[in-house]
Amino acid sequence: MAVPDETKLWMYKTMFLSRRFEETIEKIYLEGKTPAFNMANGPIPGEMHLSNGQEPVAVGVCAHLNAEDVVTATHRPHHQAIAKGVDLKRMTAEIFGKATGLSGGRGGHMHLFDPAVNFACSGIIAQGMGPACGAALSRKMQNKPGVAVSFIGEGAVNQGAFHESLNLAAVWNLPVIFVVEDNAWGISVSKKDSTAVARNDVRAAAYDMPGYYIENNDPIAIYDIAGEAIARARAGGGPSLIEIETFRLAGHFMGDAEAYRPAGEKESLGSRDPIPAFRALLQSEGVTSTQLDELEASAESEVAEAISFAQDSDYAPVEDALTHVFA
Amino acid sequence: MNDTNPRRLTIARAMAEAVQQEMQQDPKVFVMGEDIGALGGVFGNTRGLLEEFGGERIRDTPISETAFIGAGVGAAQDGMRPIVELMFVDFFGVCFDAIYNNMAKNNYFSGGNVKVPMVIMTSTGGGYSDGGQHSQCLYGIFAHLPGMKVVAPSNAYDAKGLMTAAIRDDSPVIFMYHKGLQGMGWLGTEAGATVDTPKASYEIEIGKAKVVREGTDVTIVGLAMGVHNGLRAADQLAARGISAEVIDLRSLVPLDRDTVINSVRKTGRLIVVDEDYQSYGVSGEIITSVVEHDYSILRAAPKRVAYPDVPIPFARPMEQFCLPNAEKIVAAYDAM
Repeated sequence: MAVPDETKLWMYKTMFLSRRFEETIEKIYLEGKTPAFNMANGPIPGEMHLSNGQEPVAVGVCAHLNAEDVVTATHRPHHQAIAKGVDLKRMTAEIFGKATGLSGGRGGHMHLFDPAVNFACSGIIAQGMGPACGAALSRKMQNKPGVAVSFIGEGAVNQGAFHESLNLAAVWNLPVIFVVEDNAWGISVSKKDSTAVARNDVRAAAYDMPGYYIENNDPIAIYDIAGEAIARARAGGGPSLIEIETFRLAGHFMGDAEAYRPAGEKESLGSRDPIPAFRALLQSEGVTSTQLDELEASAESEVAEAISFAQDSDYAPVEDALTHVFA
Repeated sequence: MNDTNPRRLTIARAMAEAVQQEMQQDPKVFVMGEDIGALGGVFGNTRGLLEEFGGERIRDTPISETAFIGAGVGAAQDGMRPIVELMFVDFFGVCFDAIYNNMAKNNYFSGGNVKVPMVIMTSTGGGYSDGGQHSQCLYGIFAHLPGMKVVAPSNAYDAKGLMTAAIRDDSPVIFMYHKGLQGMGWLGTEAGATVDTPKASYEIEIGKAKVVREGTDVTIVGLAMGVHNGLRAADQLAARGISAEVIDLRSLVPLDRDTVINSVRKTGRLIVVDEDYQSYGVSGEIITSVVEHDYSILRAAPKRVAYPDVPIPFARPMEQFCLPNAEKIVAAYDAM
């Protein structure tokens, strides 16, 4: 299907925003962590999983989603959260652990919840798949609009939850789409060393649902296939499995020395960066540099505003740690 | 039958009635689990519901606990009120991530913005030689981890009121029902669990224990089957002129420490009965609650009658040797 011009511009701006957001987070994350890298130090402590390089997956899929649709994401959630429309200021504040964060600092970057746009992510591999099935079941039982999309990494496909969720979604014909981001590495273990099949779309056959594999981290191809799968789910046609070849420009988490990568791999990734490529594509289709520069400037200012909001916010009183255990 | 006539129900029927009444008044309530449809639940607690509500709301699942308990979480977060059956509590090993990392934590992780109004009902307990993967209680495991309310009724009246309260609660609740109290003939049933149960819907507040027998010389604290063993022990002690007070905890989370402390303040002696493993569990928590509140109210070292720290054996004589019973409770009193 042809991608509407307006959608293409949204895709570009959102990818750019996500990238600029993470570049800024990266810089701030390293504050207080040099010369000795201690994860507990600095304004953003803890693990930090960047999604840079994987932005096409987020925009290609989320371009088809509305606020009412449900997304479950992973420990590497920023690009998807941004593309789903999560409140950037409150998300940033949550990443900093501030009182104004989405959860007042109880969740952190792996546990972002924004019920206004039905977004949630979690820290354990394949964990969001069952809940995505449940959200889809809820819509079906209530006869309410909305589909569920569960994003996972290619390392999740060998979890029991993956297979159980695909089966449940198929046997109950649920409006859910499982999207596998194949960045080729489960921390340090390569896909070929962990997974018996080269491409996970073939596993869809085991659950009698359509399976797709999309090569080259291509935003347009992702948009097309995701659109088909999401439209089918909305029409009552049931679940789909989509695997997307993508890559992470950074390590598994910040501080990862990435010694497991073959020589030259990391260096070669820069030339495959999807964001300059998409900019070039848009220019070749007649979008002017000025238009693109304006989108970038607008994204930059949104990022700057969100970061300032987080930095200027206070931490919650420590006793707040004892609240919200129960509803 | 009208509401004023006594109706003796089994726990199984009381649970099914609570679920039925909530489903009648709230379309968001539904049940899913293994064999809860046409079979009516292996332990009878969904009997008759499929016929009334149909397969959409009384939903048999594949044998796939990770997926369907995870789905319960997702449905609850999306506005439904699922009741999910984990057939035997022992099966928690294949799905605990969905239970304690998702269900129990998401209210907290979301700063209270995402509620998970979900009930997991699960069978506990042994005594009928079902081996060590179908006989455990595991009360302590669930009560230990924050974010889940935990209830374990000893009789049908409490079972109905606690189930109604659990379904209406906006927090996740683990409803642990003991197979030996369930009223299924083939399991052998404790007669004291089948009691008068009003037809009209009612709630029993989660987190409130009940003094089920008043006494002055010793406090016996138990839950589920332990309450019945405690009552039998109290009878035996009474025959010797000793007055035992028996407390039914009914809920483990929140835990009604005040009722226990007030009783021990009166009796000065405490015995805790627990069919779960002894160490790091309910019995230790109850005793600690009293001691750290005011150790001077104790006139003797407290005792516990719990399951020894061994996997549950199959052979009937071995299993019966390990289980708490009235004689062990009396012996504990005599040793004080």
